[in-house]
Amino acid sequence: MKPGENQAKQKKKMMRDWFILGMIIVIVVVILSVFPAKTEAVTSTSQEYFIEMMVILPAVMVIMGLFAVFIPNETVVKYLGKTSGIKGIALSILIGTLPTGPLYVAFPMAAALIKKGASITNIVVFLSAWACIKIPQEMVEFRFLGAEFMFLRLILTIIFVIIMGISIEKIIRWNDKKTSRSTGA
Amino acid sequence: MNTTAIIINGIAVAALILAFIKDKDKAVQSLKMALKSFIKILPMVFIIIIAIGLLLGFVPPDQISRFVGEQSGAGGVLLVGMVGALMHIPALLSFPLAASILESGASVTAVAAFITTLTMIGMITLPLEIKILGKKMALLRNGISFVIAIVIAFIMGMIL
Repeated sequence: MKPGENQAKQKKKMMRDWFILGMIIVIVVVILSVFPAKTEAVTSTSQEYFIEMMVILPAVMVIMGLFAVFIPNETVVKYLGKTSGIKGIALSILIGTLPTGPLYVAFPMAAALIKKGASITNIVVFLSAWACIKIPQEMVEFRFLGAEFMFLRLILTIIFVIIMGISIEKIIRWNDKKTSRSTGA
Repeated sequence: MNTTAIIINGIAVAALILAFIKDKDKAVQSLKMALKSFIKILPMVFIIIIAIGLLLGFVPPDQISRFVGEQSGAGGVLLVGMVGALMHIPALLSFPLAASILESGASVTAVAAFITTLTMIGMITLPLEIKILGKKMALLRNGISFVIAIVIAFIMGMIL
């Protein structure tokens, strides 16, 4: 995808989001004028959550911006492509936690990793860690759902993501072997 | 202001100062990027807080807990897990949403299932994932993620 094309797409998506927001506001105004008794509860709840988010979101965005600029994706691919075994898994998780961007940013990186010959386990662990164990996410989770919830989910996620990575590699290897044998015969 | 917010803001400020000392141009570039992503996420923030307001204002807690509360059982958890897998909202915004349904009577299991499937599985991005990683790997990753999300959710429900 060309960068210009990408930018146009992003702009379109932004416009769409604002449009949806506009529609929702209109609908909410209509609903609240039908049920004026609920207005107080709805606005005070929304306001409370809005403040909660505004005191942390700008800081989270700054941290993500800093990481994106100071640790470029090429560096990540370079290190991850040549590390394997337990060290590779640990590095995949660690890099996945770096606060840079949503999951679709990681797909091209995963493609580059495949080309570099990284193991399937590493790629799956990296993608999953990228998707769900990012440091800014953990901070927001800590804030809204509490320390116990966040730490327990974090530990469980790491354990299961590693199991998943190893299993997927085993399944794909086994499957490849089977198909190569059947085509070979 | 609360402790977590102070810590997060403290980390951001400290990292920013370090960045400016190390490389001013790059630091400015990071700030621009941060501002851009903040503006990008803003409409979604408003949509989510309105959704939370409506949810807590209109849906009585006993209704929420009937569908996704302690007594709703495995069906409720699977349902929330599916909703999480299909929804496409930034993970950062899923936590306030999750907190709001937890506050109004959803079980820990349901909330954990929702967050975990939401972050790990991307139905909207699945075609892209298939294109880049191949059908086998992408489908396995998303499929197994759903299963482990449900397992994680039930373990969390048992412990917390």
